[in-house]
Amino acid sequence: MGPGRTETFPLRTDEDVLRVRQTVRIWMVEQRTFSLVEQTKMVTATSELGRNVVVHGGGGTARLELLSEGGRLGIRVTFQDQGPGIASIEQASRDGFTTGDGLGLGLGGSKRLVDDFEIASEVGKGTRVTITKWK
Amino acid sequence: MTTSRQSRIAEILTRHEKPILEEWLREQLDALTARQDLISESDLRIQSAEFLGLFTSACRAGSLTDITTVEWKPVQDFLAGVSRSRALQGFSPSETATVVFSLKQPLFARLRKELGADAAALADEMWTATVLLDKLGLYTTEVFQKAREEVIKRQQLEMLELSTPVVKLWDGVLAVPLIGTLDSVRTQVVMDNLLQSIVETGSTIAIVDITGVPTVDTLVAQHLLKTVSAARLMGAQCIISGIRPQIAQTIVQLGVEFGDVVTKASLADALAHAFRLIGCTVTRQAPRA
Amino acid sequence: MDRIPIIKVGDFLLVSIQVDMHDRLVMSLQDDLTTQVVKARAKGVLIDISSLDVVDSFIGRMLGNMASMTRVLGAEAVVVGMRPAVATTIVELGLSLTNVRTALDVDKGMAVLRALVNPAGDEGGHGSGQN
Repeated sequence: MGPGRTETFPLRTDEDVLRVRQTVRIWMVEQRTFSLVEQTKMVTATSELGRNVVVHGGGGTARLELLSEGGRLGIRVTFQDQGPGIASIEQASRDGFTTGDGLGLGLGGSKRLVDDFEIASEVGKGTRVTITKWK
Repeated sequence: MTTSRQSRIAEILTRHEKPILEEWLREQLDALTARQDLISESDLRIQSAEFLGLFTSACRAGSLTDITTVEWKPVQDFLAGVSRSRALQGFSPSETATVVFSLKQPLFARLRKELGADAAALADEMWTATVLLDKLGLYTTEVFQKAREEVIKRQQLEMLELSTPVVKLWDGVLAVPLIGTLDSVRTQVVMDNLLQSIVETGSTIAIVDITGVPTVDTLVAQHLLKTVSAARLMGAQCIISGIRPQIAQTIVQLGVEFGDVVTKASLADALAHAFRLIGCTVTRQAPRA
Repeated sequence: MDRIPIIKVGDFLLVSIQVDMHDRLVMSLQDDLTTQVVKARAKGVLIDISSLDVVDSFIGRMLGNMASMTRVLGAEAVVVGMRPAVATTIVELGLSLTNVRTALDVDKGMAVLRALVNPAGDEGGHGSGQN
C-alpha cells in the first residue's frame, strides 16, 4: 500500500514498542525506496521515542503514516502520551540529559536519525513527538 | 476565453489529417535541418502521425481548454515519452517544444481556409488552438527539464561512488583513498562502502587515507571519527594516513581531536603499521648476484 | 517468558541473540549472563549480535553493561557481528560503546578471547578493540 496509509498502535508495554518498530521496518521495506541505513535509523528512532512514551509518558499511542509530498515519499510516526510533559524541551533534547537511568540519548539522538523532528509538550498534559523520514 | 459556439477544430483536424500531417512534417524538418543526425525522417513521420492521431481524438472527446483531463492523458503520456527521449538524445528544450509549436502553422492555415468568411469565428478558433498548443508545448519543456534533472541526479550519485573506492591492500587490510572535500553526504557514502567491504572481505584493518583531502577542520575530523567509530563497532580498526605537514599544523591549531585513533604521515607507514598488527613481516631479500 | 540461550563452549560462554529483543528480555539476559559467568567459571563471553537489525541506546547500553560486568567478574567479553547499518546508526545516535571489545564474527571473536585469556599462548589473534 502506498501514501495515505495510516495506522495507530497502542504503546503501553515493551512488546508494544517492539511491534511498532517492526511495523515501521515492514512499511519501509515495502516501499522499496528506503536504503537499509535509512530504515535502521528510522526504526531506531521509533524504538527510542516509543520507549519514552512507555517509560516516561505512562503509555500512549504511535500513529504511522505514509506520505507523498512534492514528489517525495515519506514515513511519519507520531508519538502521543498523556504523561507529565517536558518542562524544558531544549534541555531535554541535549545529549546527556536524562530523567531516568538512561544515557539521555533518546530525544537528541533520535533527532539526528530522522529528517524532520517536531516536539510539543505541556507540563501536566502530555507530549507529542513527530518524526519523518523522506526519500 | 471560451466560445459558446461548438469548436470546429476537431472536425477540421479529422477531415484534413493527411495534408496537415504533411505540412507539419515539413515544418519540423525545416526546423530540424541541423539535427538530422539525431532523428531520422521516417522516425519523425511515425512519431508525428501518432501524435496527430492522439491529438485529434483528444480534441474530439475532451475539453480544448483543459489538458489535465482524462481525455488528454494519452497525449500527455506520448509527449512525455518524446520529451524524455529527446532530452537523453541531446536535443535542446526549445527544439523539443518546437515539435508542438510547429503544428500551429498548418493548423492555422486550415482554419483560415475553412472559416475565412467568418472573422469572429476564425479569431476564436485561432485563440483556442494557440492556447491549447502553448500548453502542450510548455508541458514538453517541463518534462524535458525533469528528465534532465534525473540525469544530473544519477550522475551526481555515480560520481559520489566513483570518488570513494575501497581497495584491498592485503588479506584483512582495506584502504579508502579519500579525494576532495568530505561533507556529510560524502561521509555517508564512504561509510556505507567501507563498512560493507569490511563485512564482505572480513578485514580487520581499514586505512583511511586523506592525502587528497584539501582541508581538515573540526567538521571533517568529526566525519572521519564517525567512520572510524562505526568500523570499530563492527570489529575493524581504522588507521588514518596521509596527514600532510600543513594539515598536521591546522589540526593542532584548531584543537582537532582524533582521540586514540592511530594516525600516520603516509599510506606506506600505515601499511607497515597494519602489517605489525596482523603479524606480518616484510623482509628485503639479499640482492641477487 | 522466552529467554536468550547461553551456551558453554570450553572456557567460554556463547550468547547468540537471534530475536528482536524488547527491554525486559535484555534485562533478563543481563541477569542470566552474570549468573552463568560465575556458575560456569567462564574466562570469556562472546555475544553474537549478527542477527540484530536494531540496536537502540537501551540495548547498546546493556551490551556495554554486560561487557563491564563480565570484566568485573574476572572474565573477558567480546561483542561480534554488528551489522554495518546498525553500526552507522549507533554512531549517529551518539553511542560510542568505547568500553566494549568488538570483532567481525564468531571466529575472530574467539581468537580475540583466546589471545586475551592466554596472552602468552601461541594464538595469533589480532581482532580489534583496545589493546
